[in-house]
Amino acid sequence: MEPALQIQNVSVRYGDFTALDHIELKLQHHTTLGLVGESGSGKSTLARVIAGLITPDEGQMLLGNQTLKKKRSREQYKNIQMIFQNPDASLNPKHSIRQILAEALLFHRIVDRSQVEKRSRELLARVQLESKALDKYPHEFSGGQRQRIAIARAISVEPSLLIADEPTSALDVSVQLSVLELFNSLKRELNLTLLFISHDLGVIHAISDTVAVMRQGQLVEVSPKEQFFTRPESSYSRKLLSAVPKMPKSISSGGLYEPTL
Amino acid sequence: MKMIGTEPRLYEEHLNPTLMNRILKIPSLLVGGAMFAVLIILAVSIPFISPYDPSEQNLSAFLQPPSAEHWLGTDQLGRDLFTRLIYAARTDLSIMVLAEIVPFCMGILLGMLAGYYGKWVDKIISLITDTFIAFPFYLIVIIVAFASGAGERGIYITFMLVGWIVFARVVRGLSASYRKQEWVASAQTLGLPGIRIILRHLLPNVLPQAVVVLMTDMVGLLVAIVTLGYLGIGIAPPTPDWGTMISDGQSFITTAWWLSAVPGFAVVYTGIALSLVGDGLADLWRKK
Amino acid sequence: MSTSPILEVEALSLSTKSNQKLVQDVHFSLGRGESLGLVGESGSGKSLTLRSILGLLPSGVEQTGGSIRSDVSSAMVFQDPRGALDPLCTVVKQLAEVVYYRQKLSRKASRVAALELLELLGLPDSLKREDRYPSQLSGGQCQRVVIALALACKPGILLCDEPTTALDVTVQQQIIETITRLQRELGFAMVFVTHNLAIAATLCSKLCVMKQGRIVEHGDSLAILQNPQNPYTQMLINSVLPLPELEGSE
Repeated sequence: MEPALQIQNVSVRYGDFTALDHIELKLQHHTTLGLVGESGSGKSTLARVIAGLITPDEGQMLLGNQTLKKKRSREQYKNIQMIFQNPDASLNPKHSIRQILAEALLFHRIVDRSQVEKRSRELLARVQLESKALDKYPHEFSGGQRQRIAIARAISVEPSLLIADEPTSALDVSVQLSVLELFNSLKRELNLTLLFISHDLGVIHAISDTVAVMRQGQLVEVSPKEQFFTRPESSYSRKLLSAVPKMPKSISSGGLYEPTL
Repeated sequence: MKMIGTEPRLYEEHLNPTLMNRILKIPSLLVGGAMFAVLIILAVSIPFISPYDPSEQNLSAFLQPPSAEHWLGTDQLGRDLFTRLIYAARTDLSIMVLAEIVPFCMGILLGMLAGYYGKWVDKIISLITDTFIAFPFYLIVIIVAFASGAGERGIYITFMLVGWIVFARVVRGLSASYRKQEWVASAQTLGLPGIRIILRHLLPNVLPQAVVVLMTDMVGLLVAIVTLGYLGIGIAPPTPDWGTMISDGQSFITTAWWLSAVPGFAVVYTGIALSLVGDGLADLWRKK
Repeated sequence: MSTSPILEVEALSLSTKSNQKLVQDVHFSLGRGESLGLVGESGSGKSLTLRSILGLLPSGVEQTGGSIRSDVSSAMVFQDPRGALDPLCTVVKQLAEVVYYRQKLSRKASRVAALELLELLGLPDSLKREDRYPSQLSGGQCQRVVIALALACKPGILLCDEPTTALDVTVQQQIIETITRLQRELGFAMVFVTHNLAIAATLCSKLCVMKQGRIVEHGDSLAILQNPQNPYTQMLINSVLPLPELEGSE
């Protein structure tokens, strides 16, 4: 069976600056690929290239066995959806939630007009929001709720690939866990392939099956999760992993970093 | 079912006040709105309030000071000033509004196209904008007036040529910055065509600020209409117009100063009302 | 440890002008050389509490109760390193200016002191030869400059408002190491605000967990981690997602 997504030799350049440097990557069906990298690594650029927002200067991408051309078909757009990082800007402030969901459902003819209301309610329920939300506007919700609405819209068109670009980074920790659980359960229920981007290795560990590391536009490593976290191949991965602040378990010798008096 | 993550942020004072609540808190909107409402009510109901015809001359009752019969007195041809004043309001205000319609729509559309698409679309539209900006409004109006005769037609034509620029510029800037926001990217990943994104997604966000600009622009246009009337190349008599009223009353400045002053005051009043409404709307939409 | 506290916050309350309570009844004290972690999510009031120590409350927020007593001066490090620096002024110059005004040295001596501070912070020597603008430095380097600016005031207390949140994880590690090294060398006390419990517990011996303007738990860091009394604290502990042990690490 061919992979869900294949990225072949994709490069993106802005003048002298190379944002993506000959990226080769495969995503297998119904798995989660965790994409890690620091700022400037190109992970967001890669996400946008896959979602069709940026056209690569070189290379091609295959969704299943179809090549994704510069001008994608409606069907191709439907199959790849994206959730963005900033919950404050991810929903049109002038559209009600009802409008937001209805537009997606109707444009891709997921249901016909008479079924839109019902389906919208079901979608909201799936992301654990009340139906009352339909009449409201984005500014009436908290960041975590807005992300849920964005997720509802993304899954409403029944995509096969979902890209999440740091969806929990701007959220409070108390909300992060519930949003991560939501991703996990949706992936199971809807048989999604998930590309999850985060700079937080703890989050990556919780959600990924495979981990890919990017640095300065290049793919440094792609490994299965357990292997990545215990025996990473590249020294850069090792550097990232050791930099994660850990909960202290015991008093290290000499006391914590305070000068003794 | 429990809503997750419902804690409102601590700093947000009133999370969801109704529109009326918010409007009532903005003094400029209330005052300006009230002023404008008075004007509109008078303009609409004048046929029922006043027994006089604005063009009805009564030479035996010329230049009378304000009295119970003529609330603002009469002019040099015995016409009731109050009646003329309000009928002039109808004329001037309706021209002001009508002249703005096409430039408003055109400017917003061009601005959105330039800001959303960028690149060569933006270059072309910006080139056009920069060219037309050089055209001096009054000079063109005068030329058009000489070419096609005095009257409101000259104003409409001229304003259609140059009036859209200010909207295009503001909206272009807004569109360019909105384009970078994630909700536009979401619409794009949905596969929506550009025009649909512009009209259904961008437009509602751009409209509030465009309306604020409209209010200020209307003040300038009103002054232009009145000035042209004053100069005699605007609205032609006997249609009442504040500009011609001011000009007519000039000769009587020493004896019946109110003939010029009152229409002048009316222009100022309307200008203030519109400015206040514009400020108030800006406040209203900013707080959101 | 310390004898008398150099910072005492008692019953501190902060509200907006329309009487919405942002911080209520906050107590803590800090001894010489101690580190205190203020941990909480957004809206917990931790940043406001920190700012009130310096009197840097945003407009519309005022102190409505309680007292803050401090024997020594404090200086603050902010979250956004680029936002804290003047983009139109080169960094050595900025630092020298602070030294000049705060330490009352001559202009020449200020520059020397500034360069020494930059070296202490681990900034490259090339800055000595060629002064650079903040936009020419990386995020981590900018944050080091900001810390240098704070230390130029020779504070008794360093107030840190999420100084590593905007930085990459490897840079974050370096900055934390730098701060701990400096604390050892210079002996200042520290109040460290963060939403990351792991960082707070590593850096600080005492923690205050804040939620919606109140302190819900406080005490010794390790004691809190091993035996949290408040379910909110437990939730914060759980939210630090665990990583498996990296083979081959110390």
